[in-house]
Amino acid sequence: MPRWTDLTVAEEKPPVDVDTVDLDFIQMIKKTGGPNIQSCYQCGTCSGSCPAGARTNYLVRGIIRKALLGLKKEVISAPELWYCTTCYMCTDRCPQDVKPTDVIKAIRNVAVEEGYMLKPHQDVAKKVLEAGHAVPLDKDTWSALRQKSGLEPLPPNGSSNPKVAEEIRKMAKKSGFDKLIGYSDTPPPAEKKEK
Amino acid sequence: MNNLSKRPAYYHFLGCIIPHRYPSIEKAAKLVFNDLGIDLLDMVGASCCPAPGVFGSFDRVMWATIAARNLTIAEQGGHPLTTGCNGCFASLWDANHELKEDEELRAAVNRNLAEIGREFKGTTEVTHYIDVLYGVAGMQKLKEHVTHPFTGVRMALHPGCHWMRPALVKKKDNSERPHIFREICEATGAKYVHYKDELMCCGAGGAVRTADVKIALEFTKQKFDSILAAGGADVIVTPCPFCLLQLDMGQVEIQKIFGVEYKFDVMHVAELLALAFGHQPEEFGLASHLQYAQRKTEPNWQRLKLRAKATA
Repeated sequence: MPRWTDLTVAEEKPPVDVDTVDLDFIQMIKKTGGPNIQSCYQCGTCSGSCPAGARTNYLVRGIIRKALLGLKKEVISAPELWYCTTCYMCTDRCPQDVKPTDVIKAIRNVAVEEGYMLKPHQDVAKKVLEAGHAVPLDKDTWSALRQKSGLEPLPPNGSSNPKVAEEIRKMAKKSGFDKLIGYSDTPPPAEKKEK
Repeated sequence: MNNLSKRPAYYHFLGCIIPHRYPSIEKAAKLVFNDLGIDLLDMVGASCCPAPGVFGSFDRVMWATIAARNLTIAEQGGHPLTTGCNGCFASLWDANHELKEDEELRAAVNRNLAEIGREFKGTTEVTHYIDVLYGVAGMQKLKEHVTHPFTGVRMALHPGCHWMRPALVKKKDNSERPHIFREICEATGAKYVHYKDELMCCGAGGAVRTADVKIALEFTKQKFDSILAAGGADVIVTPCPFCLLQLDMGQVEIQKIFGVEYKFDVMHVAELLALAFGHQPEEFGLASHLQYAQRKTEPNWQRLKLRAKATA
């Protein structure tokens, strides 16, 4: 039978190294879409409501606590940061209006800016720049599916109009988003044969 | 502004998954809205919304920029827009809302939009099919159009997240005890089956499906088991094509990854209504859902109390 002293995991965790603390991190999060992060009093309603936390080591409360301590590197490099499905259950239940989902998204923005981005995520972003759509009409079978549903083979969106993706690429270039996701249009994007 | 007709008119924002993977939803919506006397207008030049969990997680300004570009199309045309996707609704509604409130964001977005000669003005309104069905057509009218009631069909609901959450901002429904989506679905005469994890996320959102499909499917599997524990259901209904993809194709993927077989027919609410309004499944291609193609099966016509097409 375990004694109460066995129940704590405090010893297993390395102590916080105050030299790695980055206090600008909080300001970055606040500016990037998580303005209420400092209202958090660590009640844990977020993690208790979290379906991702129920099956992974994703812990909203822990991430917010670490962020408030300025442990930037530790927070933005953690793979579990990407297990939030943005269901907003925590946001709807948070008694302090921290808006944890928005805080997590803001932290992800900082992570991406610092180069922490998964390859599959980069690929999805690139598709929007190439085709105007994250899930493009990139096979004849998809058009055939449309015809089976009694629709024209190409929908009236970016799939039938190359100008759509062109406009998105122009704006991405202007904002630097293309570099952020490692997109380059040289050689020029081959116009995919859609039919 | 076009005031020639008095019929309500909305730009039909298609997004990606509806027109490119589940076009039966696009067609079903056209049938349903036409029956209700509501015009759906082609939104020429629209792009990805863009995916809220993905783009919103990468770069908030670029997320809002691409969403705002879509909004400017509706602004120029002078009609509000409607979408049948919780994800598209989240991106477009949230961006529209945030751009009206956050001047700094709006300035940054308009600097990007200026590059292509566009400007976000904040003059349009973003709706989900649910808003139009419930608030514009109204429950009375929906019920009047039901000619094929699904009497005796057990229906589990998956409302999904982004139409109603965050509740304090969206102000659509009580997100702990939602009733609007349920009322719409119950208008078809199907029997509502409550299950413990009804309000839980399908697992696909927030870029999780892209990052780790197995984790995403664990959510889905929990929902399926929860439905079975409540006595099972003949159909699962959702107002979102990404949730539908996760619940429909997800069964094929779960079988591969976890070795467990589930046999649920999954419908978008537009499809359920089209059938209840008397349209035949072949009119919009219900059998084109991806799980049927993958498994070489068909919808369970008998269980759904639908007349099967002679042959596929």
